[in-house]
Amino acid sequence: MAEAILSVRNLRKSYGALTVTDGVSLDLCAGEIHALIGPNGAGKTTLIHQIAGTVKQDGGTIAFLGRDIGGLGVAERARLGLGRSFQISSLAPEFSALRNVMLAVQSQQGSSFHAFRPVMRDPSLTEPALNMLERVGLAGRAHVTAAELSHGERRRLEIAIALALCPRAFLFDEPMAGMGPEGSKSLTGFLNDLRQEAPILLVEHDMDAVFALADRVSVLVYGRVIASGSVSEIRNNAEVRRAYFGEHI
Amino acid sequence: MKRMRAETPINFLLAGLLLLVPLAALALEEPFYITLATRMAILALAAVGLNLALGLGGLVSFGHAAFFGIGGYTAGILSTHASNAQPLMTWPIEIGGSDNMLVIWPVAVVLSGLVALVTGAISLRTSGVYFIMITLAFAQMIYYFATSWPAYGGEDGLSLGLRNAFPGINTALPLNFFLICYALLIAALYLFARIRDSRFGTALQAARQNQVRLAAVGISPFPIRLAAFVLSAMMTGLAGSLFADLNRFVSPSMLSWQMSGELIVLVILGGTGRLFGPVAGAMLFVLFEFILGGFTERWQLFLGLILLGVVLFARGGLLGLLAGKVRHG
Ligand SMILES: Nc1ncnc2c1ncn2[C@@H]1O[C@H](COP(=O)(O)OP(=O)(O)O)[C@@H](O)[C@H]1O
Ligand SMILES: [Mg+2]
Repeated sequence: MAEAILSVRNLRKSYGALTVTDGVSLDLCAGEIHALIGPNGAGKTTLIHQIAGTVKQDGGTIAFLGRDIGGLGVAERARLGLGRSFQISSLAPEFSALRNVMLAVQSQQGSSFHAFRPVMRDPSLTEPALNMLERVGLAGRAHVTAAELSHGERRRLEIAIALALCPRAFLFDEPMAGMGPEGSKSLTGFLNDLRQEAPILLVEHDMDAVFALADRVSVLVYGRVIASGSVSEIRNNAEVRRAYFGEHI
Repeated sequence: MKRMRAETPINFLLAGLLLLVPLAALALEEPFYITLATRMAILALAAVGLNLALGLGGLVSFGHAAFFGIGGYTAGILSTHASNAQPLMTWPIEIGGSDNMLVIWPVAVVLSGLVALVTGAISLRTSGVYFIMITLAFAQMIYYFATSWPAYGGEDGLSLGLRNAFPGINTALPLNFFLICYALLIAALYLFARIRDSRFGTALQAARQNQVRLAAVGISPFPIRLAAFVLSAMMTGLAGSLFADLNRFVSPSMLSWQMSGELIVLVILGGTGRLFGPVAGAMLFVLFEFILGGFTERWQLFLGLILLGVVLFARGGLLGLLAGKVRHG
C-alpha cells in the first residue's frame, strides 16, 4: 500500500455521555478515494470536523503529510493542504460565486494583507477562480451571490473552493446531497478524475456513487469503524449487512 | 465588469452637497453654516473609520469614542504645550508640544492605532454582545482616566487658545479649515473604497459573513479583524484631532459612551458598510441636531424614533433606501 497522506489513529470524541467518535483509525493514501459510510448520526461529519480542525478531538492523533496536526487551527490545516466541503454549505452568502472562489485563490497565493488593489480587476485572482467554477459547471453562475444559488449549486461551489486551494487531500462531506440524479452522475465522473490530483476522503450516502468510486470503504456505526475494505469486501461483510444495509443488498 | 454601482451618482451628489453648504454660507454671509458643514465632515470622517470595523468587518465597537477622544486630547495637549512652551516630557528625551497639524495628525493616528492594537487584541477574543461590552469597558476606562487627570483640565476639559496651524493655510478662516477637513474626508473615503475592494477587504468582509469559511480556506480571521480594528481607530482618531480644532476645546465628553453611540448611529442611519453611509449619516445627524435641537431639548428622542424606523424598515439606511441592495463583485 502507498504511504498514507492522512492518518488518523484512535480518535475519540464525546458530547457528554454520547460517544461520537470511538477509537477511530483510518488512512488516506495517494491517488485513492476512501469512502466513509454509515447511518445518520454515526459520527461521520464530526470525524471530518475533527480532521479539518473545526471540532477538537478528546484524544488520539491526526497525522497529515507526516506531521501531527491535531493541535493546529483550522486555517493552518487548510494552508497545509486540507481542502474540505461542508455537509451544510458554509459560504460567504453576500459574495458572488466567483468572489467566494477568489477568496480561496488569494489564500493560496499567500498574503491577504494587500489593501489597495481591487480584486475584481486582478486576473491572477479572477482567472483561476473562473477556471475552478468552470470545472464544476458553475461558470455561468459566476456573478450570482452564494445566497441566491440553488442547494445543488452551493455544493458544487464548495467543491470549486476546495479545488482552488490546490490541496494535498480532499475531505468531502456528502457532496451529492440534494443534487438530483443528473448532478450526482456528473459529480461522480468528476470525482473519479479528481483523485489523481489529491486523494479524497468521501462521506456519501449515495451508494451507487460510493460503489462506483471507492478504492476503500470504511463503515462507521455509533462512532466506531466496524469494517474497512474494498467495495466487494464491504458488500459481502455480514456484520455490515446486518448493521447497516439491512435488506438492501 | 465596469458596471457602475447604483449608488455612485448619489455619492457624488452627497459629496457635492457637503461642499456646497459652506460655499453658499459664504455667499450668504452666514459663517455659522460653515461650522455646521465642518462638523458634518469631521463626524463623517470618524464614522468612515468606524464603518471599516462595523460595516466591513461586522465588529460592533461601542468604544470608538476612545479613539475620537485620544485624537482630540492629542491636539489639545500638544497645542497647550506649544503655547506655554513647556516640554511634554523631559526624560528620556525631551519632547515639546506642537501647534502644527502635520505633527499632530500623525501623533493622533499612531496613538489611536496603538491603543486599538492593545484593546483590539483583547476584545477580539470575544464576539457578539461580549465584544460590544468589552470595547465599551475600555472606552470607559479611558474616559474616567481623562476626568481624573487635572493637568489637562479633568472633567472641565481643555481649551485650545488658537486653532492649530497648517503650513501655508490660515486655519482661522472657517472655510479654510472646512476644506482641510473635507479633503481628509475624501481621502479617507478613497482609502475605504480601495480597502473594501482589495484582498484584505475581501477577507475582512468574509470574516463578517462566515468566519468558519474564511478559516477553511486558510485565512485566520483574527489578524485580519485586528488590522481592520486598528485602521478603523486611526481614522476615527484623526477625526478627533480635527474635532478638537473645530471647537477649540476638548473634554471627556469626546470619550463618552454617548459619543460611541452617536458614531454607531451615524453609520446605521446612513447605511452600514456603504461607502458614503457615514457621510449621509453625519449630514442627517447634524441636520436633525440643528433643526430639531432648535425646537426641543429632547431632539435625541426623535432621533431615536427615526433610528428605530431605519432599523425596522430600512436596513440599508438612507443609502439603502435610495440605491437598493449592495452588490458585491
Ligand atoms: N455539537 C454537538 N453537540 C452535541 N451532540 C452533537 C454535536 N455535534 C454532533 N452531535 C451528535 O453526534 C452524533 C453524530 O453526528 P454527526 O457527526 O453529524 O453524524 P453523521 O454525519 O454521521 O450523520 C449525532 O447524534 C449528533 O446529534
Ligand atoms: Mg453528517
